[in-house]
Amino acid sequence: MALEDVCSFKERPVQHKWFSFSSLGDAAIPFPKSDYYNLRLETSENNCGVPLHFFIPPLPHSSSFINRPLSSFCPPKNSMTVQRPFRLAHGTTTLGFIFQGGVIAAADTRASAGGLVACPAVHKITPIHSHLVVTSSGSGADCMLWERILIREIRLYQLRHGHRLSIRATAKLLSSMLHPFKGTEMCVALTLCGWDNGPKLIYVCSDGARLQGDVFSVGSGSPYAYGVLDRELRWSLSKGEAISLAREAVFRATHRDAYSGNNVDLFHITAQGWSQRKREDLKEEYYRDKEKKGKKKNDKLK
Amino acid sequence: MEYLIGIQGPDFVLVAADNVAASSIIQMKHDYDKMFKLSEKILLLCVGEAGDTVQFAEYIQKNVQLYKMRNGYELSPAAAANFTRKNLADYLRSRTPYHVNLLLAGYDDTDGPGLYYMDYLSSLAKAPFAAHGYGAYLTLSILDRYYRPDLSRDEAVDLLKKCAEELNKRFILNLPSFTVRLIDKEGIHDLEKLTLGAK
Repeated sequence: MALEDVCSFKERPVQHKWFSFSSLGDAAIPFPKSDYYNLRLETSENNCGVPLHFFIPPLPHSSSFINRPLSSFCPPKNSMTVQRPFRLAHGTTTLGFIFQGGVIAAADTRASAGGLVACPAVHKITPIHSHLVVTSSGSGADCMLWERILIREIRLYQLRHGHRLSIRATAKLLSSMLHPFKGTEMCVALTLCGWDNGPKLIYVCSDGARLQGDVFSVGSGSPYAYGVLDRELRWSLSKGEAISLAREAVFRATHRDAYSGNNVDLFHITAQGWSQRKREDLKEEYYRDKEKKGKKKNDKLK
Repeated sequence: MEYLIGIQGPDFVLVAADNVAASSIIQMKHDYDKMFKLSEKILLLCVGEAGDTVQFAEYIQKNVQLYKMRNGYELSPAAAANFTRKNLADYLRSRTPYHVNLLLAGYDDTDGPGLYYMDYLSSLAKAPFAAHGYGAYLTLSILDRYYRPDLSRDEAVDLLKKCAEELNKRFILNLPSFTVRLIDKEGIHDLEKLTLGAK
């Protein structure tokens, strides 16, 4: 994607079989501009560097669509969308926190679609560059797409300007890119965990929220994770303690939340970059925990 | 959920906002600042829908700064309030209206202090005191009862504390702390954060 843009490879986006541009008339269809700096609040002419066909969902021809002002290419808030075969579910537990040894990002690995475990081994934490990972929650497809777009934009910035974009700026960029989709069914809640002149943790959501903080947990399992994190999280944790706290929080959340489970992924980000811990099956953790509790009970009874 | 309050005195405006950034039932942040500095003597307090608040407030903020750069002098609070209202009104009947409730507080060197109440339908009113949020239902009567146009700064802070105590007592949601700022002819001053213990 980035290579395409750097080489100014412009594909004609017009002949797409999903929708015919003829219904929109012949008016100037702005070419996909790879430069996002022209982004204005009107969110009308510019498409933030995203290829056009991402914007318009396949819509049946309707008169209201044809009469819409041609300058805007953003999906309308009350659009008629294609009926989905199943309800999109946003089940996940992801968390991130800052401590003296850097940033920890942890997430479960279950992708659920309604009541079905669509995939038990998904990667919800994706590295963007050597000092930034992003945990994703919400709709899996949307998250995968936006992670990829973010990687592209960050890489392009680095190639064009010779230095890496700061994490706060990355978050703002992402937030601006997601803004045109506010009000649509797109659901993306990302936590940027990284290091630039210090540990940074920023939560960005497709609703438009952008929050910088010390601890965030996102997803259906997040209340359970907060319960464990809030009690034991301190700045002065050692690396081992922080990792085991993150594991414990995800484990307890997956135990209670039906839409989280399977394994836990853990990333640790420091000034030297990110490092990934081996993926762990929480089933084993459950039995270990049960055994520990059984032992404690026996010790008490004795 | 969110709460904003403003009290105008004879030569100052006192404003406060809660510090909670919430997402459905979870408090995601306990120290979130809902005030945006438009210029040396104007503050915009903004609550409402998640992304709309920051986007709209930053848009207004940057435009006010741009005005200063282009013309060499700052917008007055009244002008800034009307500019904000116009923008909100323009977006109201577009496909992307901004659902934000605002308080604009400022000090004009000629006109003195001013507090402007604006809601998401872009109605604008200059008021001696104002509040936004569910908490307003509980505290406006306190303000009606105890407000005087010649309040001193300490009296205004006490009035603010009375309102916060009432919220702590009767409001169903937990709003543990408030950012408090005061605007007068010297500019914007950060006052001590108002924190209330458990009932």
